[in-house]
Amino acid sequence: MCKTLRNLLIASCLIAYTSTVFAKGEHQDTDAFSPKDMILHHIGDAYDWHFFDYKKSDGTVVHVSLPLPVILITEGHVDVFLSSEFHHGEQQVVRGDRVYRLEHGHIREANGKKVIDLSFTKNVASMFVACIILVSIFISVAKAYEKRPGQAPSGLQAFIEPIVLFVRDDVIIPNIGEKKYKTYLPYLMTLFFFIWVNNLLGLIPTGANASGNIAFTLTLAAFTAIITNVSGNKDYWKHIFAMPGVPKLMLIIMIPVELIGILTKPFALMIRLFANITAGHIVILCLVSFIFIFKNALLGLPVGFVVVAITFLELFVAALQAYIFTLLSALFIGLAVEEHEHHHEAAHH
Amino acid sequence: MELVTPGLGLIVWTSLFFLIVLFLLRKFAWKVILDSVDARNKSIEEALKAAERARAEMAQLKNENEALLQQARAEREKMLRDAKATADRLISEAQEKATAEAQRIIKQAQETIQNEKNAALTEVKNQIAALALELAEKVLRNKLNDRSAQEELVKAYMKDLKVN
Repeated sequence: MCKTLRNLLIASCLIAYTSTVFAKGEHQDTDAFSPKDMILHHIGDAYDWHFFDYKKSDGTVVHVSLPLPVILITEGHVDVFLSSEFHHGEQQVVRGDRVYRLEHGHIREANGKKVIDLSFTKNVASMFVACIILVSIFISVAKAYEKRPGQAPSGLQAFIEPIVLFVRDDVIIPNIGEKKYKTYLPYLMTLFFFIWVNNLLGLIPTGANASGNIAFTLTLAAFTAIITNVSGNKDYWKHIFAMPGVPKLMLIIMIPVELIGILTKPFALMIRLFANITAGHIVILCLVSFIFIFKNALLGLPVGFVVVAITFLELFVAALQAYIFTLLSALFIGLAVEEHEHHHEAAHH
Repeated sequence: MELVTPGLGLIVWTSLFFLIVLFLLRKFAWKVILDSVDARNKSIEEALKAAERARAEMAQLKNENEALLQQARAEREKMLRDAKATADRLISEAQEKATAEAQRIIKQAQETIQNEKNAALTEVKNQIAALALELAEKVLRNKLNDRSAQEELVKAYMKDLKVN
């Protein structure tokens, strides 16, 4: 009950204007279409890659999905099996003295043992595809450079080159400076394309929502935070613990504020990417839901137009958010390694 | 809450995947791509500069050629003029020489003619004198066969002598 309420609260925050529709959906019988469940299912993670369902003539529902490996560590035992063994939650999986059940999209141990879940989920699979795309694209482009040195770029090379140069010349160098940017370039460049490709894969229908998952954004924001603080020079720490030009007494307030600032910067990165990508998915799913809420196929026409328009917007947002994440990461790193000529208070917003 | 609760599994997988991609691209892609682009930019810049230099050189060469051509033309003009002058001079000299030679030959011829004439005249005179003497002798011989005629003649000479 508590969980349902929480879900409802968060969903209604994120999808404010369709909240009345959700409420109606909640009270209907289980067979009725529930936009909230559908949307949360689509933007959430899953143990299998679900494509579609259909009803056979005898009334049984067939789920068409790609089973993915489940990896669980329970009390030192590593259990690996395919998610299809759950039969979509209908059966439990027994490994030794451990009994696993799939409840509300989560794996629980029947005897209450603590489970560390490292499953190769739908989001992980999507990310894996993104990694293969990234590595194959960039290594083939690098090969093209080696094969045709000094010649004009062609094909994929010609598409990638301006983007790579844009990230280097307009994002990385202006924020970090000519002198030091080379150290951080591989990280920031990889970051940009990693986020972008994951964003784009998320936009493919039946695709996952890897880059709109808080764990994904948390990890990348943490990388930026670690790099920023590890490479922070004397000036950076001086600005945190002994802000120049500030009276000693004020430092009692300033030091906690600055320390919180260390966390708020990556936190903002994490929330921004998560919220933007997830919100985009929710908007599209909400619009599609209208067709099913009103049970009107004709509504598909206007909804289709709007969904196409929003999808184009999301294509733009996919690149924009990758750009913003990279830009701010470069900015934070740049502030940490900057050699101060004159002292000024760095903005943290 | 589930939506904003990061799952440990996905954090681990994201870190793993990101680090693998970072490692691979750092090793095989970024350096190669950016170094190649920089090298290409540099070579393009150099090629443009070289082209600019070549163009300047070309222009200079053209100017030089133009000057050379001008000079050559002037030289040819001068040579032609000189040649013409020389030819004129040679012709006039030759003419003068020919005239002088002709003059000399004519003069020589005239002299020779005069000499020949004189010689011929002298000979004619001599011959005439000889003939006259011969005739006079024959006449005298006939006339002075007798004594009286001889005396008469002497008398006549004597008379002439007195007159002279």
